Order: sequence, then structure tokens, then C-alpha cells
Amino acid sequence: MKAQALLFVLLSIFLITACAREAGAPPGTAPATETTALPAETVTLRVINWNGYGSDESFVLEEFGKKLNVKIEHDYINSEEEILTKLRTSPATYDAILPNVAYLQIAMQEGLIEPIDTSRLQNWEKLLPRFRDLPGLRDASGAVYGVPWVWGATAIAYNTEKFPGGIQSIQALWDPANKGQVGIFDSFEDAVVFAGLALGDRTPYQPDDLQAVKQKLMELLDNVKTLWASEDEFNKLFANGDITLGNYWSGAAARAAKMGLPMAFVVPPEGALGWIDTWAIPKNAPHKDLAYQWLDYMISPEFYLTWDSVAGAPAPTTQASLDALPEDHFNRAVMGDPEVLARLVFMETMTPETREEWNRLWEEVKAGH
Amino acid sequence: MSPWRRSLALVALLAPAYGWLVFAVIAPLTIMLIFSFLNDVPIGERVVFFTFENYRDFFQHAFYWRLTAKSLLTGFYTTLLCLVLGYPMALVMAKVIPSHWRAALFMLVIVPFWSNTIVRLYSWAIVLRKGGVLDLLLQALGLSPGSLEILYTYRAILIGLVHGYLPYMVLTLYIALDRVDDSLLEAAASLGANAWQRFWRILFPLSIPGMISGSILIFIPVIGSFVEPRLLGGRAGTMIGTIIEDQFVQLFKWNFGATLSFLLLLIVLIFMLAFGLLLRRTRLLRGE
Repeated sequence: MKAQALLFVLLSIFLITACAREAGAPPGTAPATETTALPAETVTLRVINWNGYGSDESFVLEEFGKKLNVKIEHDYINSEEEILTKLRTSPATYDAILPNVAYLQIAMQEGLIEPIDTSRLQNWEKLLPRFRDLPGLRDASGAVYGVPWVWGATAIAYNTEKFPGGIQSIQALWDPANKGQVGIFDSFEDAVVFAGLALGDRTPYQPDDLQAVKQKLMELLDNVKTLWASEDEFNKLFANGDITLGNYWSGAAARAAKMGLPMAFVVPPEGALGWIDTWAIPKNAPHKDLAYQWLDYMISPEFYLTWDSVAGAPAPTTQASLDALPEDHFNRAVMGDPEVLARLVFMETMTPETREEWNRLWEEVKAGH
Repeated sequence: MSPWRRSLALVALLAPAYGWLVFAVIAPLTIMLIFSFLNDVPIGERVVFFTFENYRDFFQHAFYWRLTAKSLLTGFYTTLLCLVLGYPMALVMAKVIPSHWRAALFMLVIVPFWSNTIVRLYSWAIVLRKGGVLDLLLQALGLSPGSLEILYTYRAILIGLVHGYLPYMVLTLYIALDRVDDSLLEAAASLGANAWQRFWRILFPLSIPGMISGSILIFIPVIGSFVEPRLLGGRAGTMIGTIIEDQFVQLFKWNFGATLSFLLLLIVLIFMLAFGLLLRRTRLLRGE
């Protein structure tokens, strides 16, 4: 009888813990939210962004959070689509989101975000005209829905100790000499665009031959060690020596180098993916005034320069920030080079049909391994 | 008590359980089934209609079947490994070890459940990678010719899964073996059966129901698993579970995700039915 009672207790513990383990977060998301320790009665600004992408730096909590007595809560994403999903399923929950400009149009058309009154942003006029006047920010009537924050490239990051001579071509990802050392971002969009560029296609968003792209991606996967989903994951793989090169984000590579990883970043001659990230305000945001203050702070040169000096940032969207960077700074010397800019293929808004087709292609390629 | 009051009491007693069942199991599954036959998620101003498109998509793309087969095979391997590893443990705990040691052994079996899945899997990554704990250990012992790399292979997924699910097998087997009356074994011994015969003719057949229920407990969650394959499998880590996760997290294609989930559920039901028949047959053989 005693043994049975003991067994019962143990089984209960076992079942409770078994249930608890199912609640584990999906990979790569790390902690789902991060909050500052402030009194409970303060206002909470809810932000959607990538983990470790500027807005969750501790100085932001100091400068913005403490000053305005605001608690800043981040919900992290692993893909652009996740932003849209969160807005669709939890309306009137978030105050500020960071979609890529290519996803801004979808959010606009679905009525997920609000037009922004740019006269309420003191720093709007400081934006470089080529960002301020981007057609992708506006709807048909000319109303602005997104504020350009930073821009950069998804190109190739490599280990400077393993490649002392640098990387000269996008084909390095396919080079058999690098077999088992490549890390690739698990995104059908990036995968298809990179394969297209490697095939010499300068308009990879309108692929000449999807079958050739598929073939090229199958060959890429032969070289791949693992697929990564977050900045943190890529850095871990890189630091452990599991991977020595891969496609990566320019800002993330700058941060990794600042942390002491032997990482360099190159936009190969065949081209790479360019992106512009924008801050937007979801429809019926609970704290709209605060969201405006947040957006204004985020695009301020003060924020950018602090971010870049403490952690490392992608390229800025204001002239003031650009001028304040050292001459040889990557974001000025390389990203500021018109030739490099011309090599970049900027992310485009995709139709649901194309997304589905590309995704299925990527799934099939992954399933073959 | 009048029959009327009896049935009222019965309803009152059963209502919470069945209410919960309807709320937490039947309703979600029905929603999932309906979603799998819709073209889009019915929120906002999306136009939604009934379609077989999602099911057609599954059957038109051979790689979805291949991934389903891979997941089923993974479930099979994991279950088999848990059985092979778990049986001796359960046997020792139920029949060999004195009862005051059992609690300590139970704790050891349950401890893996107290750690978060992600933490557990990252720990495995540290052990299994090239230059990791296992690699260095084998090299130090002179057992490994070169550097050993298990991380980011299919074997790493199996190791992670077996570690996570072994307790289910050990505990169900323990319960089955513990229920076998010791006097049966004593009687067999008195009739001249040796240790092997006592095990094979008495303990083993009587533990079959435990083996089957343990297998069900492991097989079903493993075929839908996605965290272990994603973190440990590298490029070998695409399974039907990871594809389903992508539909919900990356693509907002809940309908296709629901379709894949439902087909998986259907396969699980078929296996359950087969297991159930097996269980009944073994009971019949034992004359119960």
C-alpha cells in the first residue's frame, strides 16, 4: 500500500513535469519577452522586433524607459511573416512594430497598421530624402505608414581566420572545399534570391528558371551544416566553429565583430539581398502618443550612434548619423559606396501565390536531406 | 434514492469531466478539421470557402509523404530504443532492487523532466558536437580514430528524443512488471523453471500491455516532434512536425497546417487501433 502511494505521488510529479515540458518555447526564440523592472503601475509599451536588434539594448531602457517611466516589453520574431501573424491574431495589443518595407504594403492592404502623421516626428526631416521619399512607405493616397529606421544587406559573413584572403564570390557558399561549414538562414525568400544571384540572375524576384534555382539550392544544402533562425543562433554556431561562413545580416555581422568574433562581412560581386526596416504603428495601438515618441526616438541620430557604438548597427537612414561615423566605418565606406548599393537587390513585396510556390520549393529541397 | 435523482447526480458528477473534454479536446479538433477544409483563415475580411485544395496539395507533393514516412520511422526507432533501454531498467526496479531503493531510482528516471526541453537539447549539442564532451572523451580514451561528430545528424535527433521519452517507457513498464505477483515466479521456480524461463514464460508475456501503452505514449508525440529535429538535426532536421510548425509560425497557412496535423492524427488513430487490437489479443491469449 505504501509503495502504491509512493508510486502515485511520483507519477503525479512525472505527469505535471511532463506537461510543463511541452510548454517549451520553439527553437531560437530564447526568452519570449523581456521586461524592465519598474513599478507595476507604469505604462507598458509593447514592441515587436527581432531579438538583439537595437530596441532592446539596455541603454534604450535607460534613456527612453526610465525617462518616460515606461516599461518596454518586446515580443521577438524569427520571420517577417510572424509580425503580420501577431497583428492579425492579437489586434490592439502592440504599440510599435518593425516590418521590412517589403512587408509594409501587405500590412497596409490588410488594414493592420495606421497612417503616420510625420509632422509629429521631429526627426522625420532628418531622414535622407531617398529613404523619406521611398514609394513603399506610402499607400495610393500618399499617406505614410512606415518610418525608415536602418537598412543593410543580407550577404556573406565569414571567419577571417579560416579565410585570410577573404571571400571573392557568392559561389564560396557552394564551394566543395567549404562542405559542412556553411550556415544558411532558414527562409525561402533568402534561399531563392541567393540561388538566383548565384545563377547570374539579376532579377531573382522574377526567376528565369525555378527548376534551376531548385537544383542550385539542393547543391547548396549539400554544403550546409545547419540552418539558422536567429542572430543568436548564428553567432553560437560561428563561435563554436560549427560554421565558418554563411548568409548573414550586415548589422548582425557588425555586432558579432564588436563582440570579438573573427567575423568579416562582404557583399559579393554577384550581388546580395538589400533591406530597409521601418517602424510602424499597428491599428488601434493602445498607447499611440507613446508610440510616436518611440518612433521619433528610434530614428534619432542619438539613438543610432549610441547603438552603433555600444553594439554595432546596420546602415543609418539619416545624414547626421552617416556624417558622425568614422570615414572607414563599414556602414560609410562599404555600404555608402554607390557600387555596392548597385549590387544589392532590394526585397520586394511578394504575392501570396509566389510565397507559397517558393516556400514549397524550399520545403522540398530541405526534405531531400 | 429515486432513479431520477440518481441520474441527476450522475450528470452532476460527470459534467465537469465531459465539459472539459468537449472544451479542450473535441472543440479544438473540430475547429482543426474545419480549418483543414477551408482556403484561408477566417479572420478580418478574408473570403473563406470550402475546399479540398489542402488535401490535394498533400497528395500531389511526394515530399510530404516522404517526410511523413520519415517521422513515422523516427517514432518507430525512438520507441524501439526506449524499449530496449527501458526494459532492463524497469525490470531491475520492479523485481531486483529492494523497495527502499526504488524511490531514489525513480528520481533518477524523472529528473530529465525537470529540465526545460530547450536547455536539455542545448546541453546535448555541447556533448555531441565536434570537439564536444563526447568527442574529447573518446579521443582521450583512444577509442576514436578521428574527430567524432554526431551533432546535426539524424542520430543526434534520435539521441535527444530517446533521452526525453525514456521515462514514459520505464514508468509504464515498471507498473506492469510490479503488478506481476511474486508468488507466480516462486511457483514457477518450485516447478523447476530456471531464471530465463521464469522471465520469458511469465514476466515477459505479462508485461506486454505495459510495453504497448509505453509505446503509444512515446510513438504519438515523437511523430509530431519539431523541437528536437530543429535544434539537433541540422539539415537532416526537416520532419513533418517542422513543416507543420512552419505553416503556423512562418507562413500563416493555418489551413494547410491543420490538414497536415489532421492527416497525422488519422495515421495515429490507425496505429492506436492496431495497438488496441494487439492488446486485446494478448489479453485473450492470457485468458482474461
